[in-house]
Amino acid sequence: MEIVFLLAACMSIASVALICIFLFANGLPAMKEIGLDNFLLGRMWKPGADIYGIFPMIVGSVYVTGLALAMGVPVAILTAVYLAFFCPQKAYRVVKPAIELMAGIPSVVYGFFGIAVLVPLVRTISESVNGRGNSIFTAALLLAVMILPTVIGVIEPALRAVPRSYYEGALALGATHERSVFFAVMPAAKSGILAGIVLGLGRAMGETMAVIMVAGNQARMPKGVFQGIRTLTGNIVIEMGYATGLHREALIATGVVLFAFILIINMALTLIQRGEHR
Amino acid sequence: MNSSNAFEVRGMNLHYGSFHALKNIHLDIPKNQITALIGPSGCGKSTFLRSLNRMNDLVEGCRIDGDIRMDGEDIYGKIDVNHLRKRVGMVFQKPNPFPMSIYDNVAYGPRTHGVKNKPQLDALVEKSLKDAAIWDEVKDRLKKSALGLSGGQQQRLCIARALAAQPEVILMDEPTSALDPISTSHIEELALTLKDQYTIIIVTHNMQQAARISDRTVFFLLGEVIESGETEQIFSSPRDKRTEDYITGRFG
Repeated sequence: MEIVFLLAACMSIASVALICIFLFANGLPAMKEIGLDNFLLGRMWKPGADIYGIFPMIVGSVYVTGLALAMGVPVAILTAVYLAFFCPQKAYRVVKPAIELMAGIPSVVYGFFGIAVLVPLVRTISESVNGRGNSIFTAALLLAVMILPTVIGVIEPALRAVPRSYYEGALALGATHERSVFFAVMPAAKSGILAGIVLGLGRAMGETMAVIMVAGNQARMPKGVFQGIRTLTGNIVIEMGYATGLHREALIATGVVLFAFILIINMALTLIQRGEHR
Repeated sequence: MNSSNAFEVRGMNLHYGSFHALKNIHLDIPKNQITALIGPSGCGKSTFLRSLNRMNDLVEGCRIDGDIRMDGEDIYGKIDVNHLRKRVGMVFQKPNPFPMSIYDNVAYGPRTHGVKNKPQLDALVEKSLKDAAIWDEVKDRLKKSALGLSGGQQQRLCIARALAAQPEVILMDEPTSALDPISTSHIEELALTLKDQYTIIIVTHNMQQAARISDRTVFFLLGEVIESGETEQIFSSPRDKRTEDYITGRFG
């Protein structure tokens, strides 16, 4: 019987290994041919002229992800605090499933919502600075909403897992409910909160469809948050359909870069959490 | 109200839902003395202790009637609960330092009550740690995590944390039950020195402990106060048969 479980476990390990092999085998030669410097730091992406610099896309992904976290994480933390410590039972039975439902909405639907609601909205509010509706800001706003269920889903249980003695200890010192929650319970849930943020980071960086639909997708350096941008994921999806030769390999190499980012984020989380437990 | 009493309890009843946990309690708790609450598990002594700083408010379905007065003021009347808890500090059964530095632990109370001035805060932290007899052990590592301390040290830190909020009364809920004998004797000595400045009410399962440190003893059984009086009298010539049975170890 044990062998069945082992096989099941091997499946996931094998997939990760195969993905790695595929990515690196196809991506690295292209990086070598283009030159690592030219590829990572080149500011021009012109497949027609065989110029493959993905720096604008790296910047795009970083901007969009960073801004999405800046907007989404505070909301997610406060929502988790609300669910864990303030929410009356009745409200919980409505709010919690609603948040879980958010996680199940296909990203293309989020994209539609973005096109129909956020793009015109952002166009209007950024008119004075000559902003576009399809922009970094719009994509970040949409992503901020999309990462909420993921981040809340990790942080809420982390807050609930904090021993009640911390809460009672703070209360017994004369602290209010709010103060006890924010300055005694939350510090104790630090590593769980961090894990939630990192998971949200990975989700935001990897999201493709919804971002393509609202980000404008210009493969050039952005000049402001209300200008269009193309992300690493967007770059791959938009051009993969017709790319051949070096162009195709350059797109796979873009995947390698994305993969490396996610790997670094995960490793950073592991290190931070290991430090916590010492 | 007799001004030498910290608490006066009259006709107090406490229910958890339909369970009658404390029955018609009448009790005076004098200031600047150590009052020990003893009795078998489930007799209501901890519940009584926690009703003095209204920690039972957290328990769903808990209902209290009767009269509990602190300095003549009905603590279940129109008062600020957080202010009450500042005046009535508490030390828990299991040491519960916050997962932050030693300094921040002790400063938690004062900061909560609006002390922001750094020199003032430093002085208060130092004084509280000294009063809790732990200053010498931690003075070089104030910025280190409190979780790195031993169990006994953690409990003294929790006492320091309670002192720093500048309470009038300190409630101790079996403060030594999780500690080794040496740490226990530290805490007991500490309680004896603290009673000059504070009123101390301690719940304990340890008869010797009650006899060693308390001035007065209250014996609880099945939610009732069976007997209360000078510790010496309770232990040498208890008036009630049940008290005698308990302190001589015949049950409980």
